[in-house]
Amino acid sequence: MAKKVWVVLQQRDGQVARMSWEAIAAAQKLAAELGAGKPEAVLLGEGLGAVAAEVARRELAAVHLADAPALRTYTPGGYVAALAPAIRAAAPDFVVFPHSYQSVDYVPRLAQAVGAGLLPEVTGFVSSGDGLLWKRPILGGKMQAEVRVKGEGTVLVSVQAGAFQADGVKMGASPAPISPLATDLAAVHPDREVLGVEQAGGEKIDLTKADIIVAVGRGVGGADKMGIIEELAKALGAEIGASRPVIDNGWLPRDRQIGSSGQTVAPKLYLAAGISGAIQHLVGMKGATTIVAINKDPGAPIFTVADYGIVGDLHEVVPALTAAIREAKG
Amino acid sequence: MRIAVCIKQVPDTEARLRVRRDGTWLDEEDLPFVINESDEYALEEGLSLAEKTGGEVVVVSLGPERVREALRKALAVGAARAVHLKDPAFLGGDALATGRALAAALRRESFDLVLTGSQSDDVGYAGTGSVLAGELGWPHVWLVMGVELDAGGKSAKVTREMESGMNEIVRVSLPAVLEIQAGINHPRYASLKGIMAAKKKEIAEIGPGDLGLSPEQIGAAGSRLEIVSVALPDSGAGAQMLEGDSKQQAAALVQKLRNEARVL
Repeated sequence: MAKKVWVVLQQRDGQVARMSWEAIAAAQKLAAELGAGKPEAVLLGEGLGAVAAEVARRELAAVHLADAPALRTYTPGGYVAALAPAIRAAAPDFVVFPHSYQSVDYVPRLAQAVGAGLLPEVTGFVSSGDGLLWKRPILGGKMQAEVRVKGEGTVLVSVQAGAFQADGVKMGASPAPISPLATDLAAVHPDREVLGVEQAGGEKIDLTKADIIVAVGRGVGGADKMGIIEELAKALGAEIGASRPVIDNGWLPRDRQIGSSGQTVAPKLYLAAGISGAIQHLVGMKGATTIVAINKDPGAPIFTVADYGIVGDLHEVVPALTAAIREAKG
Repeated sequence: MRIAVCIKQVPDTEARLRVRRDGTWLDEEDLPFVINESDEYALEEGLSLAEKTGGEVVVVSLGPERVREALRKALAVGAARAVHLKDPAFLGGDALATGRALAAALRRESFDLVLTGSQSDDVGYAGTGSVLAGELGWPHVWLVMGVELDAGGKSAKVTREMESGMNEIVRVSLPAVLEIQAGINHPRYASLKGIMAAKKKEIAEIGPGDLGLSPEQIGAAGSRLEIVSVALPDSGAGAQMLEGDSKQQAAALVQKLRNEARVL
């Protein structure tokens, strides 16, 4: 039987998330690798006719739309109730999702409900004699695992942000047909009451406008050790940012956080001191033009995205760098 | 309020990581293990909710013998007792197999709330708590940054982290599974008194037979995923590494930033 690949897109208020296009790119690549037909896409929400038409311009076999008031606001209960019967009935080999804070909330539960396999946060796949080998980061990005799927039945796979290129999505020769998702929308009920959305941590410093950012990580060692970072930032005319552990430890306020749960920045110069480079941080800064990493661990993943690397103790390197910059600037 | 907190013991990722000879996992000899970071926050959240409501925390973990050390630490900071899913058949599970086993263990008692961390720092599937909730038929929330119990104890107002520094506030009915994000609170340290008291607290060891589970439903045998290799990540072009002492490295960097990258 021909293999089948589905892709479930993420949208909010009718805006398709960038990661959804990346997920389509991944699904197209996967379908080609498996010798499957074109992927079929699924959209959930309310009043998404125009969005579905836009999606249908991509090279897809079909766009299935679950359009219901109960899906207007995302809840895991609503999404699982809408998707589970459709996936069970069509039994695709793979269902691709963007790996986002939303999908991680409901896709494991969907896998449990459907009895499907769950393969989270992949960055790619390669063919081997024994089927596909999937790559995914482990141990905070310090290692990469190759994972094989075994057993029978559907697998739900989520793709890491940036792992597949949104501009690599193939357009179709003609629009894909749009049809309702084969499910019972009357049985779709939210399992949580959504009360609202708020800014985490109140007032906000806009780091996205900074040309130079000095970002500090767990390696700095404490709020009392922040002086050398402030001196370097002053010498460079930079804003100070931080990775999550610094914020969680209360060494800097939350509005300084860079990464998936903080701000996404793309300055001309990004200098990361004592940041190991977990993927949640990298997605927030890898768009910077020039990246400098200072870390005592030569195996730190931050060096894989950096242009210039210094292996050393930031408590020695940072003051030396401040002095060298002051000297250079005269 | 009766609260269960599921914790995982994971390799200390700050330690030097070596791949073992068969290439499928880390060499665990001499590897230090710690309680998974977000699980420490889940434990603190559980202890503080138990204190507010006059309840107790039962800490639950799945893993080999070494996991007793993590459970002892949890008992030392205030958990009342511990349950250890200890059998080789439990090991090597994906989120579905592990969630299934934990759910079976939790179903033996009646809990009002189950807390887990949001993601393990080793394999990082970030799905075990949600699978567990599905098995129990309870609502769940992943990446929780705040928990407020409603009066009456039948529901809770929960803050869920979203992308880009936004939070969503939701209300879920109880019992529920809440998957706690690191940073929600300030985990306490064990006191000497707590450490002494922990020595007398119960760690119940249970196997698949106690849970009515067959070995092919759990662990590596019950999983759809198999790790075939672990290795250092594919790097991009890679950074130009600057050598020498701190002063030489700093001087080389300033020169490169000026003349090569032209950002100074």
